[in-house]
Amino acid sequence: MLRREFVGGLLVAVAGRTLAAQSPKKPKTSDEALKERSEGLRPNVFIHVASDGKVTLVNHRSEMGQGVRSTIPALLADELGADPGRVEIEQADGDKKYGDQNTDGSNSIRGEYEDLRRAAATAREMLIAAAAQRWRVPAGSLTARDHAVWNGSRSLGFGELADAAGRLPVPKPESVKLRPRSEMKHVFRDLPLVDARAIATGAAKFGADVPLEGMLIAVIARPPVVGGKVVRLDDSKALAVPGVKQVIRMPEPKPPYKFQPWGGVAVLATNTWAALRGREALRIEWDHGPNAVYDSDRFASELSRAVHQPGHTARNVGDVDTALAKAAKTIEAEYHVPHLAHVPMEPPAAIARFEDGKCELWAATQNPQDARTQAAETLGIDESRVTSHVTLLGGAFGRKSKADFVAEAAYLAREAKAPVRVQWTREDDLRHDYYNAVNTQLLTAALDAEGKVTAWRQRTAFPPIATTFSDVKGPSAGDLQQGVTDLPLAIPNVRAETCDASAHVRIGWLRSVYNIFHGFSAGSFMDELAYAHGKDPRDNLLELFGPPRLVTLQELGVDKLRNYGASLDKHPIDTGRLRRVIERVASMARWSDRSGRALGLAAHRSFLTYVAVVVSVKKNALGKIAVDEAWLAADAGTVVNLERARAQMEGALIFGMSHAFYGGATMKAGVTEQSNFDTYRLVRMPEAPRALHVELVESDGPPGGIGEPGVPPVAPAIANAIFVLTGQRIRTLPLMLAGVV
Amino acid sequence: MIRLNVNGRTHDVDADPEMPLLWALRDLLGLTGTKYGCGQALCGACTVHLDGEAVRSCVTPISRAAGRKLTTIEGLENRALQDAWCELAVPQCGFCQAGQLMTAAALLAETPQPSDDEIDRSMAGNICRCGTYSRIRAAIKRAAGVK
Repeated sequence: MLRREFVGGLLVAVAGRTLAAQSPKKPKTSDEALKERSEGLRPNVFIHVASDGKVTLVNHRSEMGQGVRSTIPALLADELGADPGRVEIEQADGDKKYGDQNTDGSNSIRGEYEDLRRAAATAREMLIAAAAQRWRVPAGSLTARDHAVWNGSRSLGFGELADAAGRLPVPKPESVKLRPRSEMKHVFRDLPLVDARAIATGAAKFGADVPLEGMLIAVIARPPVVGGKVVRLDDSKALAVPGVKQVIRMPEPKPPYKFQPWGGVAVLATNTWAALRGREALRIEWDHGPNAVYDSDRFASELSRAVHQPGHTARNVGDVDTALAKAAKTIEAEYHVPHLAHVPMEPPAAIARFEDGKCELWAATQNPQDARTQAAETLGIDESRVTSHVTLLGGAFGRKSKADFVAEAAYLAREAKAPVRVQWTREDDLRHDYYNAVNTQLLTAALDAEGKVTAWRQRTAFPPIATTFSDVKGPSAGDLQQGVTDLPLAIPNVRAETCDASAHVRIGWLRSVYNIFHGFSAGSFMDELAYAHGKDPRDNLLELFGPPRLVTLQELGVDKLRNYGASLDKHPIDTGRLRRVIERVASMARWSDRSGRALGLAAHRSFLTYVAVVVSVKKNALGKIAVDEAWLAADAGTVVNLERARAQMEGALIFGMSHAFYGGATMKAGVTEQSNFDTYRLVRMPEAPRALHVELVESDGPPGGIGEPGVPPVAPAIANAIFVLTGQRIRTLPLMLAGVV
Repeated sequence: MIRLNVNGRTHDVDADPEMPLLWALRDLLGLTGTKYGCGQALCGACTVHLDGEAVRSCVTPISRAAGRKLTTIEGLENRALQDAWCELAVPQCGFCQAGQLMTAAALLAETPQPSDDEIDRSMAGNICRCGTYSRIRAAIKRAAGVK
């Protein structure tokens, strides 16, 4: 039994109605939560059934808008047979006993669907076994539903059975049986949004919303360039600001920067305003260090030069060079996507308390286990002395997987001898992000005399995420498995190449990551090929992806494929599914009847999910491009929560639109030029399409990702639609650089 | 001392008169429903009502709020709007939604039956990075009883 390991979290909500979790003044400790739950059935870390019938289900993944708190507990409850109205959700602290808690890679359901169901089925079988003993009947004749175990019309409530079930041996997870789909009453449908009421009343708690007695607020003057150092500091004026209590030098990070705090000087005050004013009053002379040479425009030219030279082959089928030499027609196009910033509406924020050699954290983190690790490393203490609580995340998109901001709070709490909240401003967020990689690609295709595509060569250059962690000089073959080497193409000669590219900023993953630029280039180039041989772009897309089939490694021309961590047996690359979403979205958008409309289409598989997007563009009164309607069809296999999956796809359309229209972080002398929403623009409501249509393909296949795969097809669909409307082919994002939006 | 009337309660605040209302609400009064998003009136996450008018609390000094009626998301009483938000499952991460609701409530107080264009104009200052705009628009219309 893992009784003692149940951990009290910060946020509790009851499905359907949200409760104020606990006094925000004094967050409950794990030990207190444990005492309240020392009896009943606890077969694993995810489930507790109390003798009063209350069922507590643990959500161990971070809620950042994808709806995981409305999904995982509902899945557990349904498998268990619990009444959702009598279920309490507990947010897990960061602890390895929960397995993987790093909420990224669109992995919460696709990675854990079966294990979570097994955890709940284990509890169900134990409740049934207890009832079978009580009634002296075979367990096989009993069922669990509506919070009770049933024998015909007789029933015993979960609460009545909990203590007895808790004394039984826990069956092995692999031996328990999952319910048939037909028995699941709630999931695979629209599920209630558990935190909606708390959000609509201001009660929901995010990373900066946990008040602690005597807490100081810290804002940090970070070196403007990554790797920069403080040469001279005069903090006298800062310390004179009323409310400012302390000025503390941050430790200097050493490359590779990983998730270390960025360095600089922290100003700690009794309130945020004083801390901000104190920071303004600091006088710091910086040594900007070696990355001050970074100029992103110049770097883009370097990337462009790189893709015009042969690179390292990452995928090879047939003989591209011969096919290009023999081509009746050659088409070539270069694409560029700049660094992109995450810009979650909630800038990073974390709270830490350090007492008696122990550290307690409250943070808007996607990865509470790593937050714990980073804090422990920064403090030089054992991880067991760090507790890592998770608040709601005000958006994250990959930024909050990186716990640099949590480590800052831990460090300052110890140094200041007081609880500390580290508050990033929007400027901090934009200037010190882990940017998505900047990318340039050259795509070259050979067409024969009949207009058939006989060769496809794709060269891609970008500084990979690995540069943040080690001294690498360019992407590995593995980095191309997001939209290059896994791209199914019914073309006899295909080669993909990577080119070297160094990094001068911290590179990180942003919702759908490399798929953003690989999806943009491939989605755009396929459309260009349609016009090159005079085909309907939809028919062309279907022809290039080819007939329905399961694509083999041999066909892809690679030795292995990471395939988002899933086996190709379970999650093959299935062009039938890709074709189906294309046909579905084309039908939704009335593609065949598009006279008078400018529609663009693109489709992309990522995170094991297939998505096709059509957008309609027109010119607004100012002559600028507007997206007036958008359609998205997705095949994500089994979907546990249809409503949140649709919401994620709606959001992905807007997120992708922001990249396409405005996205781009640029650096001069190593300093990011954008600092707030005036210079890093995002799509606003008047620009959002008046009509968004999302459909999910019904499927009982294994679940794919939901949060990310909607993003990659959006930008190419927009660029393709603009080409229809204006004849202008835009290959460099953001579109605003071309003056069209 | 500056006297603030927040959600019907009076608070005497001992702070720099230039302190933005946002930080006074959050740090001094513990009303954390109002959010920081940009600090420059660019995103709308910090929107509150000052005598019924939507203002960006991140750029409104507390001295300007003295003696006026201040309403935050914790004191918002527009059940129809908040219900519509829940019924249509508008929020994703939820961080911007307090500001969205406060702006929408001010719009409906002024224009009980807004058109799409009026909604777009009023809501243009509120960014939602998750991209919930279409549902926000639908929820405002549902609360207003317009199609």
